[in-house]
Amino acid sequence: MKKLIRVLGVLVVLGIVALLAFIFVPVQRTGPATQLAADFKPAKGQGEYVMRAGDCLACHTTEGGKPFAGGRAIQSPMGAIWTTNITPDKETGIGNWTLDDFRAALYDGVTPNGTHLYPAMPYENYRKMSEEDIVALYDYFMNEVEPVSNKVEETKLAFPFNLRFGLRAWNWLAANYEPGFKPVQGQDEQFNRGKYLVEGAGHCAACHSPRNLFMAQDGIDDTSKAFLTGGEIDGYSAPDLRGNNSASQKWTTEQMAAYLSTARNAHSTATGEMMLVVRDSLQYMTKEDNMAIATYLKTISGGQLLKQAPPIEVTETEKMLTEAKADMPLGPRLYLDNCGGCHFVTGKGAPEIFPELDGNSLVTAKSPKGLISVILHGAELPSTADRPMKLRMQGYDNRLSDEEISALATFLREGWNNQAPAVSAADVKAVRDLPKH
Amino acid sequence: MARTEKKKDVVIVGLGWTGSILGMELAQDGLEIVALERGHDQDTVPNFQYPNMIDELKYGVRLGMMQKPHNSTVTIRRDVNETALPYRSLGSFLPGIGVGGAGTHWNGLNWRPQLSEYRLRSYVEERWGAGIIPEDMQIQDYPVTYDELEPFFDRFEHVAGISGMAGNVKGKIIEGGNPFEAPRSREYPMPAMPTTWDGAKFAEAARAAGCHPFPSPGGIASQAYVNEYGMQMGPCNHCGFCERYGCYNYSKSSPQTAILDALKRKPNFEYRTQADVLRVEMAADGKTATGVTYYDYKTGEEVFQPADLVILAAYQLHNVHLMLLSGIGQPYDPATGEGVTGRNYAYQMNGGYTLFFKDEHFNPFIGTGANGMSIDDFGMDNIDFGREGFIGGAYWRSGQTNGQPIRSMSLPKGSPSWGAGWKQAVGEWYGHSMNIGSHGSHMSYRGNFLDLDPTYKDPLGRPLMRMTFNWNPNDIRMTQFMKSKMEPIAASMNPTSMQEGFKKEGAMYDVRPYQTTHNVGGSVMGADPKTSAVNRYLQAWDKHNIFVLGAGAFPQNTQYNPTGMVGGLAYWAAHAIRTDYLRNPRPLV
Repeated sequence: MKKLIRVLGVLVVLGIVALLAFIFVPVQRTGPATQLAADFKPAKGQGEYVMRAGDCLACHTTEGGKPFAGGRAIQSPMGAIWTTNITPDKETGIGNWTLDDFRAALYDGVTPNGTHLYPAMPYENYRKMSEEDIVALYDYFMNEVEPVSNKVEETKLAFPFNLRFGLRAWNWLAANYEPGFKPVQGQDEQFNRGKYLVEGAGHCAACHSPRNLFMAQDGIDDTSKAFLTGGEIDGYSAPDLRGNNSASQKWTTEQMAAYLSTARNAHSTATGEMMLVVRDSLQYMTKEDNMAIATYLKTISGGQLLKQAPPIEVTETEKMLTEAKADMPLGPRLYLDNCGGCHFVTGKGAPEIFPELDGNSLVTAKSPKGLISVILHGAELPSTADRPMKLRMQGYDNRLSDEEISALATFLREGWNNQAPAVSAADVKAVRDLPKH
Repeated sequence: MARTEKKKDVVIVGLGWTGSILGMELAQDGLEIVALERGHDQDTVPNFQYPNMIDELKYGVRLGMMQKPHNSTVTIRRDVNETALPYRSLGSFLPGIGVGGAGTHWNGLNWRPQLSEYRLRSYVEERWGAGIIPEDMQIQDYPVTYDELEPFFDRFEHVAGISGMAGNVKGKIIEGGNPFEAPRSREYPMPAMPTTWDGAKFAEAARAAGCHPFPSPGGIASQAYVNEYGMQMGPCNHCGFCERYGCYNYSKSSPQTAILDALKRKPNFEYRTQADVLRVEMAADGKTATGVTYYDYKTGEEVFQPADLVILAAYQLHNVHLMLLSGIGQPYDPATGEGVTGRNYAYQMNGGYTLFFKDEHFNPFIGTGANGMSIDDFGMDNIDFGREGFIGGAYWRSGQTNGQPIRSMSLPKGSPSWGAGWKQAVGEWYGHSMNIGSHGSHMSYRGNFLDLDPTYKDPLGRPLMRMTFNWNPNDIRMTQFMKSKMEPIAASMNPTSMQEGFKKEGAMYDVRPYQTTHNVGGSVMGADPKTSAVNRYLQAWDKHNIFVLGAGAFPQNTQYNPTGMVGGLAYWAAHAIRTDYLRNPRPLV
């Protein structure tokens, strides 16, 4: 008995020590993935380019605020996570950080005082970044970004998520792989460049991969089956980029690259979060890099370049819309009255300007939230170098009721070759009631 | 109180077609540019969005996109013996307002003048002698040839996004296009739009009469289009809301679809709205401008905007007004024939037939501003002026532009204009009529001109501009000739009834019914500073850092809608400024 108590006591003590160690012993910080030459200097513009590739600006800047001064709320199921000031301001920013500190934030998700960052900061993905890019990025933040004194709101999540040390365990699951990027042997430079950008700085998986039981990305590279097979962000569906009928399969590599550079191509236009990604990040990538990304996606989706467009078949939906009989149901009738002028009875729209609705991933997304949001509030494409027009679709929130939009959205989700579940008026109301961005 | 803004390299007055073109071209040379627009800012969404825009009462009848006469108008008289009165209610012509200018509310018809028109006086004198030119007619040659302008017409057509079918590419005549057009260097950027039934019927009748019908060229997109600036248009859905409306569908060529978003990206370009330019300011020696003074409606103050280069890119009437207010060019005096600013104001001489068919259905709600089929068989190049007794010509077109219920109810003459009888007539005839239009040239005359009104002032204290204008026998003879040629072709289509609308001898200018917003001249371009306000590069003869764009440069009006020529001349002038003037600012001629 005594022995048992003693053993138990030792175990308890060991447990407490382990817990204290878990909480207080500093995290081992990951060093450089490769040793750079002592005189390594990033090329002019490299740091800013890496910043664009990583889209740091988007999260670390408020709408209309000073660049990188932080203070934007990232909504998570656990509450708002406030982004930090990453300008080189010494008091409120990262002005005192060393390169090792900076790398640890990108690789390990820890700040110099050992505090764990919430994985809204995609260090799961940034861990793939090369030492060259880390150094370039550090150099950019220290020397090219204006320091801004801005103390941002502290992130206060509900218990137990406010206990940041818990992330240490999470990191064992999510970010314990060898840092840096290893090109795939047997694939060409273009594929590997695309892979590097997608898996690393581009952190595409943060939205486009599903999350596992522990809210970690279910696969951070293409060796995982679920990698880039579609995820969810704030209730909106981020489409599958690998599966059957994914854009990576259906679009040509050039079309995918055009979409990344200009938010528009022969099939579709970028809306919602993806529009912001093009606006703030992808439009600044070189044509070669966007082609590399497209090539990589095309390859891992197993997609074949279509030699010729599939034959155009007249769908039942098109026939119904063309005949426009007086007893046509509400959904198609609303479509003719409000949408057909641009998207046409074929649902095919027009290249680069009016997106296809037939086979459109936003229309058929698991969550109808994005589709409803576009019908209600419209959409705007960013002005990009190759396509400067801020194309706008108007919203219909003051013209169509919840019932009407549900009928219209249901029609779109079932029309032409689309097959997605119906939308209810309550679904519409829920989106209408959201605060406008 | 006056405030002074930071000096710019270039100030552009007006942000419509020509202001946008000059802004875009000069911005590429890194110049610091400001454009001043007296009206509001506007864009496809939200300003033209569906369905708000397709409101005939608001925009078609109450002219929601046009300038308000209360703020800006002209006085009008028909000859020097009349007292001019303010044009208080827009009728005959409709100047627009706001960013994009008339380029937002036009129909989209886009043409290049025929070869004879660039050197009209020489052409007439060579063929028939100066004797056939009426004594008071002041027609002139353009100081630039078609061959010189061709690349710039081409440039504008490809920026604006014009649909059409070429009839003459580098001298090769193409079946189905216009065989009488001046040779173009390549095809239109987009294939022609399909035509409606009225156009098809007319084309058949015209062909049977030995004419050469072709699809009307226009700035209406027949397919998705991207221009050299990366700007975009989407295919038109034939809703029929073009003229008087902004296009909600990105389908009509306009500064908004062709240029503005690309221009707004330029860090060296800015524009200010509600900035109404009062006058161009001159240096002490009077040889150059120092900038412009404008009234800022937002702050209620006068603002001086210094600039090295002043581009007048407002509507023709406003450009000439500004020249008169600022002392650019000597004001024209019809008594002596001296002076250049305000000289050779000209208009357009239009007419046509309406045909009613009891058993035909035209579905007039399907249409575009530039719809239909045209012929150029009665264009200026094809008419023997000596034999016919007039100088001029016309193109004809049939193609419905809209079926809007308030203004597009053609009824046979004698139908009641109200009440049950009117309703019955509408029931009987709506959708059963079609038109053939004759769109004719208009020459310039000693007695048609623009000057400052001695009596009336606008709310900012500027004297109104005074228009002295009336029809002249030469152009009436031209339009009566068109009637005589059109009547048998119309009759050959066997309508239930038909009625003509051509001006007759003695017709006086009536400002009430809409005729056309093709006001031209007044800042004419020419080779002689005694008879023109600007030289061949649209540069003011007397002040070399002022360039005057727009249809004011036309020495007389062409037989076509002016936008193609206005756009071509804008690129021509921009090219001269970029390649020559900027290196060495001076009079280029």
